[in-house]
Amino acid sequence: MSAKTETAPSAPQRMRPVVGHDNREWWDHINEGQLTIQKCKECGTLRHPPRPMCWKCQSLEAEHMPASGKGIVYSFVVIHKPVIPGYEYPLAVAVVELEEGTRIVSNVVGIEAGDVKIGMPVKVSIEAVDETLTLPLFRPAS
Amino acid sequence: MPTSIKDECAIVGIGQTEFSKFSGRSELQVTLECVEAAIADAGIERSDIDGMVTLSIDGSDEIAVMRGLGSQELKFFSRVPHGIGGAMSLVHQAVMAISSGMCKTVLGYRALNGCSGNQPKASAVGGPLSTDQVHWGWYNPYGFSDPTSWVAMFTQRYMHEYGATAESLAEIALTMRKHAVNNPNAMFYDKPITSEDYFNSPFIAEPLRFYDCCMEADGGAAFVITSTERAKDLPHAPAVVRGVAQGAAADQEVMTSFYRDSITHLPEYDLVAKQCYEQSGLSADDIDAAVLYDAFTSIVLYQLESFGFCKRGEAHDFVKGGTLGLDGRLPCNTNGGQLSEAHLQGINGITEAVRIIRGTSVNQPKKNDHVLATSGFGVPSSAMILGQSR
Amino acid sequence: MLTSIKDECAIVGIGMTEISKNSGRSELQLAAECVSAAIKDAGLKPHDIDGLTGFTLDHVDEIEVARTVGIPELKMMSRMPHGGGAPMSLVQQAVMAVSTGMCKAVVGYRAMNGRSGARYSEGVADGPETTDAISWGWYMPYGLLTPACWVAMHTQRYMHEYGATDEALAEIAVAQRDFASRNPNALFYGRPITMDDYYNAPYIVEPLKLYDCCIETDGGAAFVITSAERAKDLPHTPAMVRSAAQGAAFDQEVMTSFYRDCITTLPEYDLVAKQCYEQSGLGPDDLDAAIIYDAFTPIVLFQLESFGFCKHGEGHEWVKGGTLGPDGRLPTNTHGGLLSEGYIHGINGLAEGVRLIRGTSVNQPKKNIENVLVTSGASMPTSAIIIGK
Repeated sequence: MSAKTETAPSAPQRMRPVVGHDNREWWDHINEGQLTIQKCKECGTLRHPPRPMCWKCQSLEAEHMPASGKGIVYSFVVIHKPVIPGYEYPLAVAVVELEEGTRIVSNVVGIEAGDVKIGMPVKVSIEAVDETLTLPLFRPAS
Repeated sequence: MPTSIKDECAIVGIGQTEFSKFSGRSELQVTLECVEAAIADAGIERSDIDGMVTLSIDGSDEIAVMRGLGSQELKFFSRVPHGIGGAMSLVHQAVMAISSGMCKTVLGYRALNGCSGNQPKASAVGGPLSTDQVHWGWYNPYGFSDPTSWVAMFTQRYMHEYGATAESLAEIALTMRKHAVNNPNAMFYDKPITSEDYFNSPFIAEPLRFYDCCMEADGGAAFVITSTERAKDLPHAPAVVRGVAQGAAADQEVMTSFYRDSITHLPEYDLVAKQCYEQSGLSADDIDAAVLYDAFTSIVLYQLESFGFCKRGEAHDFVKGGTLGLDGRLPCNTNGGQLSEAHLQGINGITEAVRIIRGTSVNQPKKNDHVLATSGFGVPSSAMILGQSR
Repeated sequence: MLTSIKDECAIVGIGMTEISKNSGRSELQLAAECVSAAIKDAGLKPHDIDGLTGFTLDHVDEIEVARTVGIPELKMMSRMPHGGGAPMSLVQQAVMAVSTGMCKAVVGYRAMNGRSGARYSEGVADGPETTDAISWGWYMPYGLLTPACWVAMHTQRYMHEYGATDEALAEIAVAQRDFASRNPNALFYGRPITMDDYYNAPYIVEPLKLYDCCIETDGGAAFVITSAERAKDLPHTPAMVRSAAQGAAFDQEVMTSFYRDCITTLPEYDLVAKQCYEQSGLGPDDLDAAIIYDAFTPIVLFQLESFGFCKHGEGHEWVKGGTLGPDGRLPTNTHGGLLSEGYIHGINGLAEGVRLIRGTSVNQPKKNIENVLVTSGASMPTSAIIIGK
């Protein structure tokens, strides 16, 4: 009798970010529970997403500073279709403007997708979305 | 309408990183470093760059490079296909854009973590069904799936038809290594090899031995090109583009054009050579030095024949006795070439050709009026002839 | 050296396959069919062609096309990046090659099983650590996966800042469908929609509804460009290339340029417009009709503003009352556009632009068409051309 192996049908997961040289530190901080913003060591310019060179002064030297996590919804969408496995619909995705001035794209959670508004104050909430992926999500601030 | 781009444009800046087996940083960072070096070398401002071009297989988009440089706008950008065949096509694109008035100054670049990184393999499958995948599907099931084996296929037939032997290949391998030994930026700086080393090295894919093959490398190189008129005001002696051309020929495949009547010459090289000589009004006799694409030793033979340095089937004799050395008829790959400086898919051939024109190669040939630089073998290819400013 | 390519070259041939939801054949075959058709339409033979240019996204290599249609030698090959931003870059490539003497006649092509094969609405895939993959990695984990999502993000803010409503979007969707309903090659031939249909349609990504989004299709389209002088001897009225320009602007991303101060204009379109007008010596008043890249309705507004037909923020008012219809100020996308003819990445729009110049559109406007603007995709490095009689 041939040996048979069975694997449980795995739950569909969110697509993974591509982590490489230029953003590993940023994702490491997320995995430690801290939202950060990359800062040029030469001229102090903040940038997000992290990149290897400063567009102001072309310095390759940068560090990551903690962000307050507070911001407002700068724009948002509510996605209905297509339905991709691993996500719940309708799905709210926003461009959040952080109080430090940089912007970040994420989901807005803890609120009906239809109730998200431009200008709404939000705060970061770093959450494990499955066993191996932690993401910075945003929740209404008040 | 111009009938030739002869002398319309000049390469005015070159830059490169170190070449290594492990860069330890992203391809984008390697790109930005060599790009910064090229712009500084050209003596221009970053904002003077209004066009960019790279290979379709490059992992760093021009918009990512723009962001690094703080560029406000680009009026021209494009990608050239077929990897190693595309190196001089970067110059081709830039010259067309500038001489048709589309933009003023173009940055060409190519950077890769070709040794340490996750390089897309030519035989890669996955994703949507492309003609490329279908093509590789004819070879992969048989384990015929790497460049050494494809080139070996051509080489075997060449040796058979023309009576060439490994002595010619050894001559090429040793000459390139000799050049690299003097080049501090070469991966094989100060690491000479002997004829015995060559013949004792193992076969990779017969008839190609270990020293017939280049080694994968990390690194980047870039160049800046602008109008010849503008070049006059810039710090370095301009390397004026006399001719630059692309070519794909009938029944062209990527590395596997095995179905033509003859596989001991490559008509795409003939086509590129013809255009370069027509545009420039020059011939092989006018070429003082060359940077020939040499990811494998044997492909140098094909190019010497197509570019008219000797007759078809005679290159294996032509190269003997130091022809490609500094004191030979055609000093070749004075940087050590892809074989011994680094395999950067030919982009380092552009920087070396410019150095020869400037007179700054570590192995500077005595005569440098005109330099030929070529691109990869077995794919749609490209070449250029650089000359002195008049 | 040329200071402008104005009127140096002409589009002398166009070719297309049918547009469908399932072509039932390979993309290479589609490419070969439309390229052959374009060469034939030009009154040329395959051996007259010595350059081929296409999309980096195309799965069909130019050497396969050459072999398949019988083009023996290629002296110019290139690929234009960034998907929908690429189509008019193909024209620029061809014009550069012909006007610098590199080539005599160049074909541009795009062939895709965009519906039955790999679909863009399935989202973007991951791979090696390219800048492109890293860029998508900032959006994918949040489900912001598809072009509709990215365009909706710009649109939401546009509506918020300028007080635009979906009436403007409805106007565009219904006008395009009206044109398509009379175009036998359109996917929606004989299938007009009403304003009610528009409003009753479900949301795809708020604020975009079903009819704001183009449909994915299979098909191919190609064109031939040669010198203006040579064009005189060929069968069709040449569509002279008055200008052809590309543009990428500061802090450019591909579809996700959300980090600029303002996301309700797209500076890459401004840059392309400026060059098109400079090269040609023309202005928006000289343009009699337009083919405006319309994978989604709102991006038409962004382009009308950048190309100077109205001021920034006023596109949504300007389009109302039939401006883009057959008798309006600017008949636009007379083939039905990407929205309603089919999505062949803008090369089908180029073919329609040429038809407008030839006077052979199925929706040929009554007025004289001297100059036509043809544009490419939004929110990425992009391109545009002006063609004329």
